[in-house]
Amino acid sequence: MSAGHSYDAEAYWKANLRLIFGSLIVWALVSYGFAILLRPMLAGIPIGGTDLGFWFAQQGSILTFIALIFHYAWRMNKIDEKFGVHEE
Amino acid sequence: MSQFAINIMFVGGSFLLYIAIAIWAKAGSTSDFYVAGGGVHPITNGAAIGADWMSAASFISMAGLIAAGGYANSTFLMGWTGGYVLLAMLLAPYLRKFGKFTVPEFIGDRFYSKNARLVAVVCLIVASVTYVIGQMAGAGVAFSRFLEVDSTVGLMIAAVVVFIYAVMGGMKGITYTQVAQYCVLIVAYTIPAVFISLQLTGNPIPGLGLFSTHVDSGMPILSKLNQVITDLGFNEYTADIDNKLNMVLFTLSLMIGTAGLPHVIIRFFTVPKVADARWSAGWALVFIALLYLTAPAVASMARLNLMTTIYPDGTAAEPIQYDERPNWIKEWEVTGLIQFTDKNEDGRIQLYNDSEAFAPTAEARGWEGNELVVNRDILVLANPEIANLPGWVIGLIAAGGLAAALSTAAGLLLAISSAVSHDLIKGSINPAISEKGELLAARISMAVAIVVATWLGANPPGFAAQVVALAFGIAAASLFPALMMGIFSKRVNNKGAIAGMLTGLAFTLAYIFVYKGWLFIPGTNNLADTPENWVLGISPLSIGAVGAIVNFAVAFIVSNATEEPPVEIQELVESVRYPRGSGQAQSH
Repeated sequence: MSAGHSYDAEAYWKANLRLIFGSLIVWALVSYGFAILLRPMLAGIPIGGTDLGFWFAQQGSILTFIALIFHYAWRMNKIDEKFGVHEE
Repeated sequence: MSQFAINIMFVGGSFLLYIAIAIWAKAGSTSDFYVAGGGVHPITNGAAIGADWMSAASFISMAGLIAAGGYANSTFLMGWTGGYVLLAMLLAPYLRKFGKFTVPEFIGDRFYSKNARLVAVVCLIVASVTYVIGQMAGAGVAFSRFLEVDSTVGLMIAAVVVFIYAVMGGMKGITYTQVAQYCVLIVAYTIPAVFISLQLTGNPIPGLGLFSTHVDSGMPILSKLNQVITDLGFNEYTADIDNKLNMVLFTLSLMIGTAGLPHVIIRFFTVPKVADARWSAGWALVFIALLYLTAPAVASMARLNLMTTIYPDGTAAEPIQYDERPNWIKEWEVTGLIQFTDKNEDGRIQLYNDSEAFAPTAEARGWEGNELVVNRDILVLANPEIANLPGWVIGLIAAGGLAAALSTAAGLLLAISSAVSHDLIKGSINPAISEKGELLAARISMAVAIVVATWLGANPPGFAAQVVALAFGIAAASLFPALMMGIFSKRVNNKGAIAGMLTGLAFTLAYIFVYKGWLFIPGTNNLADTPENWVLGISPLSIGAVGAIVNFAVAFIVSNATEEPPVEIQELVESVRYPRGSGQAQSH
C-alpha cells in the first residue's frame, strides 16, 4: 500500500494504540495489581484456603492474559477490515 | 518389562518420530531454513512456540522453584506468560509485517546502521548461548537418570538427534518436531499431575485441585500445606512478602525479557499473515498455560506429598525410619540429588527448617539439624514415583523432559545460526553470497553452534547458571526496547537506538556483576549478593526492567538532540504498522 499519510492510516494507528493501552491496563492490573501490590486489599476475599490475590498470582493472571490476546487479535482484525488495511 | 526398557522405549520412540519428521520436512531454500517457508498455520505455530519456549527450566525446574518459594515465586508464572501479551500487541505483528528473517536485521534496517545490527547480534548470541547450555546440560542429566548412561554420553546422543533435524530441516524441520515435542511434553507433564490431584483432592483438574479440599484432612489443601510446613519451621506457603518493589521489577524483567528473546520472536516470522501472528501469540499462550496452570498445583501437592511421606503420622509424631524410606528416595540418593545425614543418630529422617526461630522446638524434640536435602529439580521427575504411578508414566516423564530441553535447544540454535549466516556472513562479510551459498553457510553455522553448545553443556562455564540474569536481563534491557521503539516511534534514530542499547546493557550488566562477580568470576564481586546490599532492595535478577527504562530514556534524549531519521526510514516505520502487503516483503 502507499505508506499511508492519509487520515485513515492515522486513525487506524490511533485505534490500535487505544486498544493496546486498554489491554495493558488490564494486563498490569491483574498481575502487578491484584497479584502483588493490591493483594493485602483483597485478603478479605477467601478462595480455597487462601485469598484472591494468591489465585491471581498462580492462575488468574495467566487466564486473563489469554483472554487479552484473543480479544486483541479479534478486535484488531475487525479494525484492519474497517480501515481496509487487512490482508486478503 | 524393566523400568529401564520402558524408558528406552519411550525415549527411543520419540527420537525416531523427530527424525522421521526431519526427513519429511527437509529445507530446500533459505526461506525454508530461516522461516519454514512462511506458511505455518497459526495454531501449529502456537504449539511450536509452546515447545520452543518451555525449556528444561519450565518443565523440570519451575514447579520445584514454586514449591520452595510458594507465593513469592509466582513471579515465574506471571513473568513467563505475561510477556506474550507484550509480544502479541507490541512486537510480533509488526515484525512479521517487516517480513525479514532475523531480529538483528530489523534493528539494522530500522536504525539504518550496521553497528546497531552488530550490537543486536552480540546480544542475541550471548543471551541464546547462555540459554542453550542449560538445555544441553538438562538433556544430559535426564539421560543419565533415566537411561543409566553417563551424562556426557547422554549429551552426545541429544546433540546427534538435534543435529539431524536442525541441520537438515532448519526452521521447517524444527517447527514440526517442536509440535511433536509439545505433544510429548504436555502429556508427560499433565498425566502425573492429574493422578496426584485426584489422589489428594478428588479433582481431576490440577489447577482447580489447588484450591480444593484435601481429602485426608478435610481442610483446603493450601491450608493443610501451610499447617504442615509451619509446624516444621518453614514460612507459610501462601504468605505475602514485604519487598513488593523487587517482586514487581522481577516479574516485569521476566515479561519484557520473554518478549525480547529472539528465539521466540523468530517463530512469529513463520506464519503467512500479520493477523496470524496475533492469533499465534494467543494459541501459544493457551498451549503454554496448559503447563503453567498445572505447575503451581504440582508444586504445592508434591511438597505436601513429600512432607506426608516423611511424617506419615503427622508433624507432631516421629518421622519415618531411614530403613523404611520409600524406593524413590533410594533411587534419587544414588544420583546425589537427595542426601541424608543422620545428625542425631536416631535412624529417622528429620526434615525441617534449620532456622533460629525453630531452634527451641528442634532442641525439645531432640533434633540436631535438618537431615534430608532434596534438590528442587527432582520434584517433577520424581513426581510419578512419589505418587506410586505405573512405570510407563515414568518413561513418559523421561521423554517429556528431553522433549522440553531439545525443542528449546533447537529454537535457540536456529536463532544463533541465522544471526551468524544471515546477519554476519550475508549482512556484513559477503553480501554477494548466493542463495545456495547462504543455505550452506546456515547449515554449517548450525552444525558449529551445536558442537559448541554440546561442548559447553559438558563443561558448563560459570555463567551458565545465570540464565535468568543474563538471557532475560540482556533481552529486557537491550533488545526489547530497541524493537519497540523501532515500531512505535518514528523519531528514534540510529544514534539514539545504539546509545540506548549500549547504556541499557552496560547498566544492567554492571549491576549484575557488582553482586555476582565481574564476568561471573567468583570472588570479583564488589558487594555480597544479599538483600541488605541491594539498591532499594532490587535484586540483580530484577534489574533488567530498570535497564530497559534506562535504554528508553537515553534513546529518546539522544534522538531528540540529534537529527530526525531519513524519510525512507519513517516510511518503513509506517509500513510495518499496516498489515496489508506483508506477503511481498518476504525476500529481498
